[in-house]
Amino acid sequence: MARSQSAVLDRKKLMADPILVGTIVVLITFLTLFILYPLAILLVDSFYGGEGFTTATFQKVMAMPTFRTAIGNTLKVGFLVGVLSTIVGLLFAYVEVYVKVPGSDSVFLIPMPVGWKAVRFTPNIMGGLFKVVSMLPVVSPPFVLSLSMIMLFGKAGIITRFLLGIYDNSVYGFWGIVIVQTLTFFPVCYMMLKGLLKNIDPSLEEAARDMGASRWTVFTTVTLPLLLPGLGNAFLVTFIESIADFANPMIIGGSYDTLATTIYLQITGAYDKAGAAAMAVVLLCITLGMFIVQKYYLEAKTAATLTGKASRGRMLIEDKSVTIPLTLLCSLAAFFVILMYACVPIGALFPTWGYKFTPLTFKWFSQVFTRYHGFQAFRDSFVLSLIASPITALLSMIISYLVVKRRFKAKGFIEAVSMLAMAVPGTVLGVGYIRGFSGGVFHTGFLQGLYGSAAILIIVFVVRSLPTGTRSGISALRQIDKSIEESAYDMGADSFKVFMTVTLPLIKDSFLSGLVTAFVRSITAISAIILLVTPSVYLITVQINEFAEKGAYSIACAFATILILITYGSVRLMNLFIKYFGTSKKIKEG
Amino acid sequence: MSKVKKGVRLDHISKIYQDPKTGKDFYAVKDTSLTIEPGSFVTLLGPSGCGKTTTLRMIAGFESPDEGEIYLGDQAINALTPNKRDTAMVFQSYALLPHYNVFDNVAYGLKLRKVSKEEIQKRVMRILDLVELTGMEGRMTNQLSGGQQQRVALARALVIEPSVLLFDEPLSNLDAKLRVSMRTEIRRIQQEVGITAIYVTHDQSEAMALSDNIIIMNKGVVAQMGSPQEIYYHPNSEFVADFIGEANFLKGTLERMDGDHAILKVEGSPTRVPAKAGMTAGTEYTVVLRPESAVLRDQGGLPCQVTLSCFMGSYQNYHVKVGNTLVKLTDYNPKNKRIYQVGEQCSLVFDPESVHIL
Repeated sequence: MARSQSAVLDRKKLMADPILVGTIVVLITFLTLFILYPLAILLVDSFYGGEGFTTATFQKVMAMPTFRTAIGNTLKVGFLVGVLSTIVGLLFAYVEVYVKVPGSDSVFLIPMPVGWKAVRFTPNIMGGLFKVVSMLPVVSPPFVLSLSMIMLFGKAGIITRFLLGIYDNSVYGFWGIVIVQTLTFFPVCYMMLKGLLKNIDPSLEEAARDMGASRWTVFTTVTLPLLLPGLGNAFLVTFIESIADFANPMIIGGSYDTLATTIYLQITGAYDKAGAAAMAVVLLCITLGMFIVQKYYLEAKTAATLTGKASRGRMLIEDKSVTIPLTLLCSLAAFFVILMYACVPIGALFPTWGYKFTPLTFKWFSQVFTRYHGFQAFRDSFVLSLIASPITALLSMIISYLVVKRRFKAKGFIEAVSMLAMAVPGTVLGVGYIRGFSGGVFHTGFLQGLYGSAAILIIVFVVRSLPTGTRSGISALRQIDKSIEESAYDMGADSFKVFMTVTLPLIKDSFLSGLVTAFVRSITAISAIILLVTPSVYLITVQINEFAEKGAYSIACAFATILILITYGSVRLMNLFIKYFGTSKKIKEG
Repeated sequence: MSKVKKGVRLDHISKIYQDPKTGKDFYAVKDTSLTIEPGSFVTLLGPSGCGKTTTLRMIAGFESPDEGEIYLGDQAINALTPNKRDTAMVFQSYALLPHYNVFDNVAYGLKLRKVSKEEIQKRVMRILDLVELTGMEGRMTNQLSGGQQQRVALARALVIEPSVLLFDEPLSNLDAKLRVSMRTEIRRIQQEVGITAIYVTHDQSEAMALSDNIIIMNKGVVAQMGSPQEIYYHPNSEFVADFIGEANFLKGTLERMDGDHAILKVEGSPTRVPAKAGMTAGTEYTVVLRPESAVLRDQGGLPCQVTLSCFMGSYQNYHVKVGNTLVKLTDYNPKNKRIYQVGEQCSLVFDPESVHIL
């Protein structure tokens, strides 16, 4: 049996659609040039030492004790952060899905024109708290928690020095990084596990209860085993995030170096680009290996064990001996997180952090603009992110359309490379761009003009946000019956028309939220950017990092506060926009 | 619709798929040749997985054949994409564009063909009138019932005046009553427009009610093609006989020929049936007996025993044992007839002309 004729015909049909073919070619070029090539050049650079294949660079790098320590440090931190984030995330998810939060109904009297009206009101404080806690890490730049940690618990920390009278507390190092990263990444686990817990059919647990199992037995013999692949998944996702994180170890790590910071220092401090390339290859191999396990093994397993949709609502646990401790634990954690974030704007208002707290002043905010190129920084960050986000959103929708709805040879390549970008730490990408473009493509001078320009920053923004956008686009498109697009195609529309008149309108929500996500991710990005930015461009995150490193926490806080306000404002604005202009919801109701 | 009607011809078409579980290739459609006359209504009928939908999707252009060539009229269309083929499909899930209203859904194909605004208005309204949806043009599709949605889908396919109309199980999402009335509608509209129609279904009564010709498919090949009557009365295999209507199979060995009839020994009793060419004595043949073609009498036919007797209103349902063979019977209008009870010995009587030998 030969399937050659259909292959030939399918190719002919594809070629009959020049816009589609053009798009595919452009996409493949883009992905190859800006994702695959920079990674490939790292490999080439670290194995090719002027005269042929050599492992000398690797041997040199591996011989450095600092680098070997950094590998150990990174893995230790990543492992612990993965475990802790998964536990805290599970606690939050479990409380939200399983537990009836204690707190009696309150009755409010509301003044009415003709007297008072009693309104029963059950305050959903926990719900609101959870939302805030899961939202904060999204809208804030990645390292604000490190700032707060130092300001609250550092040598001059409010809590350590002024409340507890401890003068020599060091937050820098292993525990600082672990705590800050756990607080930053556990919301990711919480969101993932919440979705999984909601998918567990309550009747499974009810059946176990019915046979006489206690709640604890049900949890350990039914809920937990069902959740196990999901927990593994959450663990690995945060493990990868932690390993790839650059900003937090940079600020709070002190002398405790991780791979990402070591690579950065190798470039900016030692000017050893080949060494940094070899280090980046090591880091990439670690994250890539974990990503492959997570993506192709655990994700499939999670889907396989939790296929059943919850058939009806779950009887929430009302037993006070369960609800009160769990709720208390959650609230404490949530309040701690909020306290950490609140510390940033407040910190920006104190005249001198750690020494003089009154009167509150706006001088740092005004200094941001008068002395520290604030306007330029916000303008540059804002404009570059604003350019990058529609490109990212559109590209990710096109990729998802091609991956989900079309069949062609290069499809696997496009899907794999766009997902690969998810496993690439920003620092690795940054080093790849330096090696790949500073002398032009393959050191030929081709496209050399790109290096050091604003355009390359935009490209980095796009590449860094592409995987999340593509993932959301793919899941949105999978829910649309493929015959809807087929019908348009059958009516005489070519691929371009189908995409513009059918696909895009149907996944408008996903497109718009991709727009916001890309914008927020871009404006808060740092890891790759910090390696590529030139003195002519000011970016907020780079500024914050600089001031934080110098110990100018007040000014860093002022920058961060404004940044958080901008991102939070854009998210709200876009949600409002989606509410009024999104069509998908109206359609789904049908 | 002033267009020249076109037929469809499949010339040794095969389609190979890969089994996702075993990774092995298999023929979804194998070496199928068909000719569908211009203006006729043809149904592809068969159990699920028989290759009928694959065949339809190859004609529409969504799938590419691995062997053979498809012709629309005289034109070979293998390499044409669906949007370049002069066919229009009505989908099982209707596949209406959910963000458009009824008018825009129907006008979609015309807009792509750059038809003028006035012309679009005129043609859409005329088609909506034909499918009896006048006044609904401003509705969103999710405000319509299933039957109405299917009419929109039909109008959308008709309005671009394709040479061939393709139906992919269009009624299977509707409830039983609506299915019956919609199939009458579809037949009426097809007759009125005079368009060539190819209709995929697994519902034999739908195929009977709609088609000029039925093509029965099984395991990727055409089992039989013919008018509903031909297929019902003269099935060419046990599969076809069993798939269309209910069938009893009586096995018998040929004793002797008697003119244009054959005398078979069925369960020990000589039985007279119409002969077919090339029969040889001593060979076993299968006789197809439809449940409504035989009756029970006290004597005069094949001896049998009643194992089930059940009143169904319009008919009495019997199961009888002829030797070791179970035969199902439907005796219509049973009001004033002798009803046989379970356990009774009686006789199975049928007209030789009402059975068919395979």
